[in-house]
Amino acid sequence: MTFYGIIFYLLAGLLLISTALAVSRRRLVHAIVYLIISFFTTALLFYLLGAPFLAALEVIIYAGAIMVMFLFIIVTLQLEKKEPERESSLRVWLPAVVLAGISLALTAVLMWAGSDHGHLLKPAMASPREFGGYLFREFWLPVEIASFLLFVALAGALYLGRERTNGQKTTDSKPEAS
Amino acid sequence: MVPYGHVLILSTILFFMGAGCALARRNLIMILVGVEIMLNAAGIGFVGASLRWGELAGQGFVLFIMAVAASEVAVGLALIIFVRRHTGSMNADKYRLLKG
Repeated sequence: MTFYGIIFYLLAGLLLISTALAVSRRRLVHAIVYLIISFFTTALLFYLLGAPFLAALEVIIYAGAIMVMFLFIIVTLQLEKKEPERESSLRVWLPAVVLAGISLALTAVLMWAGSDHGHLLKPAMASPREFGGYLFREFWLPVEIASFLLFVALAGALYLGRERTNGQKTTDSKPEAS
Repeated sequence: MVPYGHVLILSTILFFMGAGCALARRNLIMILVGVEIMLNAAGIGFVGASLRWGELAGQGFVLFIMAVAASEVAVGLALIIFVRRHTGSMNADKYRLLKG
């Protein structure tokens, strides 16, 4: 096993552990913090697999922007104090675990049955300049569509998040229970 | 380094962790977190495939996955705030009314 292989398995183990902790925590803030660790590890994995630009974007967008947005919402709505989540029963988890096990087993069988077995990945690196050139040469239309999608998301978030002022005024920030 | 199958298996395990989180947790924020984990796992698979076949298209797809994830989280969190303002609850089991 090569040096890079050892690093890959270390990162994979760290990624699996931190993600498993993130999905199983009952306090939301703890889950988000474990998820930040998971995304940093993913960024390292991207770098190892030859995508330095995506590694930087992973840290900036996922671990930076998205997770901070989650934390901001949790702190703003004060979700922790209001209603701690009920203990999920085995009845809820069992179908998900069974289905995941079946699909995972099928994936593993397909992996071992395929002809790709034993072909090791070779370390390579795509420089950000090369990647950017490729992106705007081959994928200029999807890039424009992605920017339009972000604009639509901005408009949608503004529309959904605005305070209703017509009719009854909800000046108090406390949500009324229905 | 490692066989591509191992990258794909890692990505599959992560995907099903996210799917289980989105299916079994009842808190709306944890459901969104599960969707994020699933998108991230798909990205790992794409980057591995990009290295396996020496094509940059896989990395391009990951960029678009990130754009979709960012906009999805923005709209999703706005929806969470909206629905909480209306019902006062974050539990997905408590939404039983279709009244607007």
